[in-house]
Amino acid sequence: MIEKSGREFLYLLETIGRMGIFLATTLTNILKPPYTPYPVIRQVYFIGSRSVIVILVTGLFTGMVLGLQGYHNLKKFGSEELLGSAVALSLIQELGPVLTALMVIGRAGSAICAEIGIMRNSEQIDALECMAIDPYKFLIAPKFIAALISLPVLTFIFNILGILGGYLAGVVLLGVAEGAYFQGMYDSVVWADIRLCLVKSIIFGLLIVWISTFKGYFLHLNRSGVFGAEGVSRITTDAVVFASVTILVWDYLIGSLILS
Amino acid sequence: MKNMNLEMIVGLFLLAGFLSFSWLAIKMGDIKFFMEDTYPVTARFISISGLKEGAAVELAGVKVGKVSDIHLDNGEYEAVVELNISNDVRLQDDSIASIRTSGIIGDRFIKLTPGGSELYLEQGDEIEETESAISLEELVSKYIFDSE
Repeated sequence: MIEKSGREFLYLLETIGRMGIFLATTLTNILKPPYTPYPVIRQVYFIGSRSVIVILVTGLFTGMVLGLQGYHNLKKFGSEELLGSAVALSLIQELGPVLTALMVIGRAGSAICAEIGIMRNSEQIDALECMAIDPYKFLIAPKFIAALISLPVLTFIFNILGILGGYLAGVVLLGVAEGAYFQGMYDSVVWADIRLCLVKSIIFGLLIVWISTFKGYFLHLNRSGVFGAEGVSRITTDAVVFASVTILVWDYLIGSLILS
Repeated sequence: MKNMNLEMIVGLFLLAGFLSFSWLAIKMGDIKFFMEDTYPVTARFISISGLKEGAAVELAGVKVGKVSDIHLDNGEYEAVVELNISNDVRLQDDSIASIRTSGIIGDRFIKLTPGGSELYLEQGDEIEETESAISLEELVSKYIFDSE
């Protein structure tokens, strides 16, 4: 029993250490020349551009729900004119970064993890090493840069669509004054909120790509000893669950660190 | 889609993000790319409780500027508030600045009441006549304890 918990702890320690080394190796590889922009552009297309449709739809409906709920709650106090600031603040501070991150985990994080996992499984990564091509530089680094660029962009698109959705639900459907909606928003949102949103989205981007590539890259060290197709499916599930939980935990941590 | 290549799609994506960010930053974050046509004046208050930087300055109910800076004068123990007033609004030097609340729980703002003087406030001048924030609690306690 004690032996087992000790082994668990050592395994945990090893995983944390491996994750740290993985991150450090990747970051130094990003800084090292040669810089090749084309793989990064392709990854931005995959992680960013291809996620736009999902982000547009989720953003619009999140905003509409916020507008609807906010309107009915604020109506009790007779302060419907606060709707604009309520929608904008909750979108910019919390929902924008978090929901975008969750969508990207589902759409791109899982795909990245599976892709690298399969490459490891079919020994393509070993083949790269045999050809003296650094897999960190060739495979992982472009994904990191692309995620760090894409997440803020997607988050801001989400915010704009959410504000539009709140406008649709609140002003067009429920009849809040248009001026009150936008003016309340301009008055209450400050630069610090937008900076918080930016910081959150960049950190979430790093977490997503870090966890998904890590899980895929070290498929062969998987403790359950299951490789092949089942192993890939298992690590992909792991990566999605772990990344989602980490995002929510970090959302609270960053919020409390910056707002206090 | 044949004539839309990868670079163009990525470019469009980045452009959309940049536009969204700049709209939020300029409209809501009050980031200035252009010089705004305002001039600063100061006003001293005994208490400004609840007034925040960025609060509106209103004249006859119309927004004519905003609070740009609040600090404490350590010698006089007074709050010094700096206001940025729009250039096309001229204020007489006996204008009154008072701190008001919009609604019962609303934000604090500064209400300007025009005076009758012939002289106008210049850049950096001080509004002499001020009224401090009215605190509901103070009024209530005054009412309770004075009525014995």
